Amino acid sequence: MSSTTILAARHSAVTESSGVRRLLITAALLFLLMFLLLPLISVFFEALRNGVHTYVDALTEPDAVAAIKLTLLASGIAVPLNLVFGVAAAWAVAKFEFRGKALLVTLIDLPFSVSPVVSGLIYVLMFGASGWAAGWMADTNIQIIFALPGIVLATIFVTFPFVARELIPLMQEQGTDDEQAALSLGASGWQTFWYITLPNVRWGLLYGVLLCNARAMGEFGAVSVVSGHIRGETNTMPLHVEILYNEYNFAAAFAMASVLASLALLTLGLKTLLEARHGDSLAKGQKH
Amino acid sequence: MNITLKNINKQFGQFHALSSIDLHVESGELIALLGPSGSGKTTLLRIIAGLEFANGGAVYFGGEDVAATPLRKRQIGFVFQHYALFKHMTVRDNVSFGLRIRKGDARPSKSDIRQRADELLELVQLSGLGDRYPHQLSGGQRQRVALARALAIEPKVLLLDEPFGALDAKVRKELRHWLRELHQKTGVTTLFVTHDQEEALELADRVVIMSGGKIAQIGSVDEVYEQPASPMVFDFLGSTNRIPVERHGNHLVIGTDKIAIYEGDHTGHGTVYVRPGDLRVASPDDVGLDAIVRNVQRTGPIVRATVAINSTGQLVYVEMPHLHHDVQHLLPQQSLRLRLMQYSVYDAENTPDGEDAPEPVLIGRERLRLA
Ligand SMILES: Nc1ncnc2c1ncn2[C@@H]1O[C@H](COP(=O)(O)OP(=O)(O)OP(=O)(O)O)[C@@H](O)[C@H]1O
Ligand SMILES: [Mg+2]
Repeated sequence: MSSTTILAARHSAVTESSGVRRLLITAALLFLLMFLLLPLISVFFEALRNGVHTYVDALTEPDAVAAIKLTLLASGIAVPLNLVFGVAAAWAVAKFEFRGKALLVTLIDLPFSVSPVVSGLIYVLMFGASGWAAGWMADTNIQIIFALPGIVLATIFVTFPFVARELIPLMQEQGTDDEQAALSLGASGWQTFWYITLPNVRWGLLYGVLLCNARAMGEFGAVSVVSGHIRGETNTMPLHVEILYNEYNFAAAFAMASVLASLALLTLGLKTLLEARHGDSLAKGQKH
Repeated sequence: MNITLKNINKQFGQFHALSSIDLHVESGELIALLGPSGSGKTTLLRIIAGLEFANGGAVYFGGEDVAATPLRKRQIGFVFQHYALFKHMTVRDNVSFGLRIRKGDARPSKSDIRQRADELLELVQLSGLGDRYPHQLSGGQRQRVALARALAIEPKVLLLDEPFGALDAKVRKELRHWLRELHQKTGVTTLFVTHDQEEALELADRVVIMSGGKIAQIGSVDEVYEQPASPMVFDFLGSTNRIPVERHGNHLVIGTDKIAIYEGDHTGHGTVYVRPGDLRVASPDDVGLDAIVRNVQRTGPIVRATVAINSTGQLVYVEMPHLHHDVQHLLPQQSLRLRLMQYSVYDAENTPDGEDAPEPVLIGRERLRLA
């Protein structure tokens, strides 16, 4: 055997022949095109099919504005709360040893493993008209289900893991040396957290918040169960899209959908930027 | 400030990391904690700092029990093995961190803080690098930033955990001299951990040798080197020849050779510990061991020879400087008489790494040579 054939033989042992390779790449690209890119394009295409005027009208009619406002409000509450909970949970898990730590870590993942519809139902079960807290709610005249609090609760539940999941491996990897150094230099616990721990995880935190926000705005299942679909009152953007669609108001449905899709694209863009710029200070192997 | 440790015990679960540690460090002393991996050096340092808490015993700073003083109030400069510099801060901000976080009147003005940071950077020979970030520095430079940062709070005690562990041999040497000078300048009570015995012997006023969570010996460099308290210490401070002997009164006998007179009076078996560098070629009418040279090697300035004792066949290692007048006798197959210049005698053969074996008792040394 000549040396070139040996080389070729060795080569083919680790890589496929060029024909197979091309076929695989083409298949993957076609798949992406059909299932991701075409639908995305068609969203914008359908939204603008009847002209820009209809598009703007569809987004400015009162119910649509209410839906957008509600979505912004719900995620505006849920995301900061999850930011705080997530940081607290990650801090506890990464920096301390305590009983029940493994359980806490498992619980953090729960929202990922439970169907969003079930998450919504849990809240209906707890706070609904015949739920556990029904008596208390009747007394205090607080309504949770079919109102903003329910939507916020459901959103928090579903998006809880994003921040914590991003931060835990990051904080674990960084250990506690920096914190100990800060303490030995005379910093208080709060100063240590504020000047050392938080800056150390800032990019990971931003990344987690970004994903959390995208999911919070786009959440359908859990919110759908607790919302009650009251037009102009408890409809979030994804729910509004569904209603419009069921009413065969395609142009308006796609207009609203295009806003959600733009949000998704924006998130994706920021996420890619973050990964490119600060990939080394994000949690490894935890990219969602 | 002086430091006293009284009967410190530390357990991790069932594991005794430290048992009954007693230590007194004078104000301004430079102490090395030396010992094999896992012997508890870091744990001891962390207990002094307040990063870890002892299960028993007490730590006194200047005669005062510091059990109730948290880490951040102990005024300790702690330098971590991997420096633990704050990555997101410039070198100057790292150094001034301890001052910037002070509250109220304790906090110097902005310009004072900056000036102090620059002074410290000059002290550690890094002036001009204040605006860099830690990742833009070499290992040795990071090390010095960590030190400057620790010194910024004017610590009463400086604790360094393997300060030069991650550096190459040449940089280590430079930093060693530099640390010695720095210590002379600042006079801060300093404890540093190392498992490089050369580093410990070169830098420290006193050396604390640890083994298995206990202090094996405390003493000046000369003391621990010349009068090791146990075979473990002997072994740890350089390579060792272990030769089984018979003791008759104050004489030692190896095979048929009566080799020396020692400062003891026992009869029975024993083991002589002698360093390769403490063996010399003697004239045939001197007391000593008859041996035959097996092979000779030269590594740099040191000549190493393996010789076999005639009466027992045991192999013994000999080292001497290459210009020493005895070197000419070290030729393969050459017969010679070896003199033991400095050695310790322990009561029985015992491997220092055998955990459960009782520590051999030191029963004698060579008779002190008259000056
Ligand atoms: N947090 C901990 N939990 C359990 N065991 C520990 C802990 N920290 C230290 N140990 C054990 O205590 C012993 C002493 O550890 P220490 O870190 O003090 O050793 P060392 O002398 O500094 O060693 P090295 O030279 O390798 O750094 C080791 O056997 C180690 O396994
Ligand atoms: Mg250590």
